[in-house]
Amino acid sequence: MLGLWSGNAGGGLHKDRGGTSFLAVLAVVAIAVPVLNQVVPASSAFHISAFGITLIGKYLCYGMLALAVDLIWGYCGILSLGHAAFFSLGGYAMGMYLMRQIGPRGVYGDPILPDFMVFLNYKSLPWFWYGFNHFATALVMMILVPALLALVFGWFAFRSRVTGVYFSIITQALTYALMLAFFRNNMGFGGNNGFTDFKDILGYDLHSDRTHVVLLVITAIALAASYMACRAIVESRAGRVVLAIRDAESRTRFLGYPVESFKLWLFVFSGIIAGIAGALYVPQIGIINPSEFAPINSIEAVIWVAVGGRGTLYGAILGAVLVNYAKTYLTGAFPEVWLYALGALFVLVTVFLPRGIIGLVQRGKDK
Amino acid sequence: MKRLPSGGLWLILLLLALRGTVPAHAQSATPSTNDATFLATLGELREADYSAKASIVERLSQGGHPSVRAVLTAFLEDRLYYHNADQPSDQKVFIVKSADADPLNLIDPLSLKDAGSAPADSLTKIGTNNGLRRTLRTTVAHFALASPDAGVRLAAVQDMLRSLDDQTVALLRERMGVETNSSVKKEIATGLAIAALDGSDTAARLQAIDTLSKSVSQDVRNRLATLSDKSSDGSFAESDVKVRKAAAAAVESIDRWRSFYAGIETLFFGLSLGSVLVLIAIGLAITFGVMGVINMAHGELMMLGAYTTYVVQMAMPEHIGISILVAIPAAFIVAGLAGIVMERTIIRFLYGRPLETLLATFGVSLILQQAVRSIFSANNRSVVTPDWMSGSLRLNDALSITYNRLYIVIFTMIVFTLILMVLKRTRIGLDIRAVSQNRAMAKAMGIRTEWVDAMTFGLGSGIAGVAGVALSQLTNVGPNLGQSYIIDSFMVVVFGGVGNLWGALIGGMSMGAVNELLEPYAGAVLAKIFVLIGLILFIQRRPRGLFPQAGRAGEDK
Repeated sequence: MLGLWSGNAGGGLHKDRGGTSFLAVLAVVAIAVPVLNQVVPASSAFHISAFGITLIGKYLCYGMLALAVDLIWGYCGILSLGHAAFFSLGGYAMGMYLMRQIGPRGVYGDPILPDFMVFLNYKSLPWFWYGFNHFATALVMMILVPALLALVFGWFAFRSRVTGVYFSIITQALTYALMLAFFRNNMGFGGNNGFTDFKDILGYDLHSDRTHVVLLVITAIALAASYMACRAIVESRAGRVVLAIRDAESRTRFLGYPVESFKLWLFVFSGIIAGIAGALYVPQIGIINPSEFAPINSIEAVIWVAVGGRGTLYGAILGAVLVNYAKTYLTGAFPEVWLYALGALFVLVTVFLPRGIIGLVQRGKDK
Repeated sequence: MKRLPSGGLWLILLLLALRGTVPAHAQSATPSTNDATFLATLGELREADYSAKASIVERLSQGGHPSVRAVLTAFLEDRLYYHNADQPSDQKVFIVKSADADPLNLIDPLSLKDAGSAPADSLTKIGTNNGLRRTLRTTVAHFALASPDAGVRLAAVQDMLRSLDDQTVALLRERMGVETNSSVKKEIATGLAIAALDGSDTAARLQAIDTLSKSVSQDVRNRLATLSDKSSDGSFAESDVKVRKAAAAAVESIDRWRSFYAGIETLFFGLSLGSVLVLIAIGLAITFGVMGVINMAHGELMMLGAYTTYVVQMAMPEHIGISILVAIPAAFIVAGLAGIVMERTIIRFLYGRPLETLLATFGVSLILQQAVRSIFSANNRSVVTPDWMSGSLRLNDALSITYNRLYIVIFTMIVFTLILMVLKRTRIGLDIRAVSQNRAMAKAMGIRTEWVDAMTFGLGSGIAGVAGVALSQLTNVGPNLGQSYIIDSFMVVVFGGVGNLWGALIGGMSMGAVNELLEPYAGAVLAKIFVLIGLILFIQRRPRGLFPQAGRAGEDK
């Protein structure tokens, strides 16, 4: 089984030219952006402000989320409308560490309890907060918690052969339920305010540009690594099985492949990528609250993938960056128009561009 | 034993004596002199001290002027004022609509018609004290008890039960002899029994407890419970063992009935919430079951229906009562047309690609939401509940059912039956069923499947619009209306089984009931989460819901 997941299926079907160019662009961004921020003086037209750094970091995190969605949707036909749940859980794990890092610098000055707990009359730290003063705990949890959720949920769902739209609806309900749960004050996760006012990470000030630049570079590296991992999976022999499941699930099952476990492990891996993306997102944005769980976020992630072109991996990332750039621009310039544009995007892409921008480019080349 | 206010008893006796004579008195005096006397007597209130005021009140009530009840009620509620003026003749007395408003809205005490308004500082309130208020309450209650309207009498008795004293008991006993309405009689009997508890005759007290044990009112329960209270030194406050035991048994019986009725009420709440889910899920079941289309814009079609209700009300502000009946077909048409347009322009290009359809319809939902925001603004719009739908049906002291929920349950049943008839008994229904069972064969038999698709989608969407009308009576009408219910109703469809109306009905009702039953124990949010977990476990056993589609139509590829 393990052998299936590693090793290239060969055949030279994919040169992955798109992937190579994507990795090249990512490398340029990871090098040029820090230079443009740190070295180029603020007066220069090429200077990238702190806001710009945060924005680019955010796009890259969304790119990772899109990658996770594309892995299961584009290659296995599993449409998850709840991937933001994994993203947010990863974010909350990181947020808990960052909250503990504030220490006595909070408004209430309690050395142990974060501000919201003092405010809500907590006497002691809830058990699930233990250990979050260590970065290692956060590191483990931001992988473990999304993975565990994906494992348990996926096990139940795939085992009973919940497929297609049924699965989509159930995942949407999952993230909706989590949103409701995290909105509760007595959950111990800060209620609807969530976590914010972070001070530093591993001793580095979160308000300094330099920290943000480093975080951006780390995000870029994480994105590149996840891309290569996903690429390795889909190119492996297991990847072939996954494709077969997408195209003819029953037939694959009849051929003797354990369809459920293929789906389950792919789903768990996708959940982990989404979790890491969320964990990288939180220190850069500086806030995490339950609205991150909102079903619309998950669905937006799906549309990024659709816009870029599903089943290509790099297309998903491209879609995430483009759509979010449009969102940043439109919500700033014409806030009224954004939802119209997003809605139209959903309709136009599904009806006219089933293979997204990448599909359009490839079709153009073939002619 | 409650103490009588000074002069209370003779006042009662006088009132009782006068009961029969009041109308005769009113008839004998000519209206104008009667009005003049009334005003003059009323005028005396301005200067009088409290004991004098009591006698004035009594004279007023004897006078039998038609508006005396309104005036005394206003006096009781501190809404009787007079104009600040130097000349006593200018110090006119007025009733004000609400003592909190400034300027005060005046009502003429004679005609009880609006008499304009005046700044609050130009008027002085005619004050009352405890003794006077007691007198007033008794007098007003007496008027209410004599009212020809049984509802008013019932309310008066219930009001009196809250503060029983010798005067009110005397009034009640006297009324008991002439009362004809059975529910008023029952209330009076309860009141008299409560009073009898204070007596010394054990047999009478046991009799009273027996009467009271048939009641389910909280007040009665609490009164009986005091009989088995222990005082601080461990001795019972009630010395008679028989009475104590009987009272304890009665309390237990009342508690049992009360929790039974509370259960029924919760169940009813669940069913009414379930009805809304059923209404939504029927539409979803039709579009999903027949066409395999998950319509994520279903909630927004519902929102269109709710806004149609709002617009119809705006268009006919004079006839709010009828507007909702007009809104039902209007919402059906608006949402149905929107659905048909959606089907013709978008969905038909995506048949056989359910996931893409889901995304495209989600896009439509965003556009519709934003469109509503642009047209009606992001604020909630208030839809007026017509009079015949507000208020509640009081079955007894422990159980009352609000009309709007009752009507929604009934309405859902009607819609459900109608849809069932349409599908089973009409030509279009036959076509729809044929297409859903075997599209290719239906086409081969000459059914215009494209047309049937459009009609089916229109029907499902139209029902969503109708569901929106129902929702407008329960929640705020705003751009987010659709989203808040849509996930629940998808759960219903998954639970009930796709494309099955009975599944939608049973699924919706049970989801609603389970939600409401869990809520008191777990809170609204946890109840939702439990329902979700329960659903995930449920589909382990029955992946295709309660009523799975049979045969090939059930396969999704």
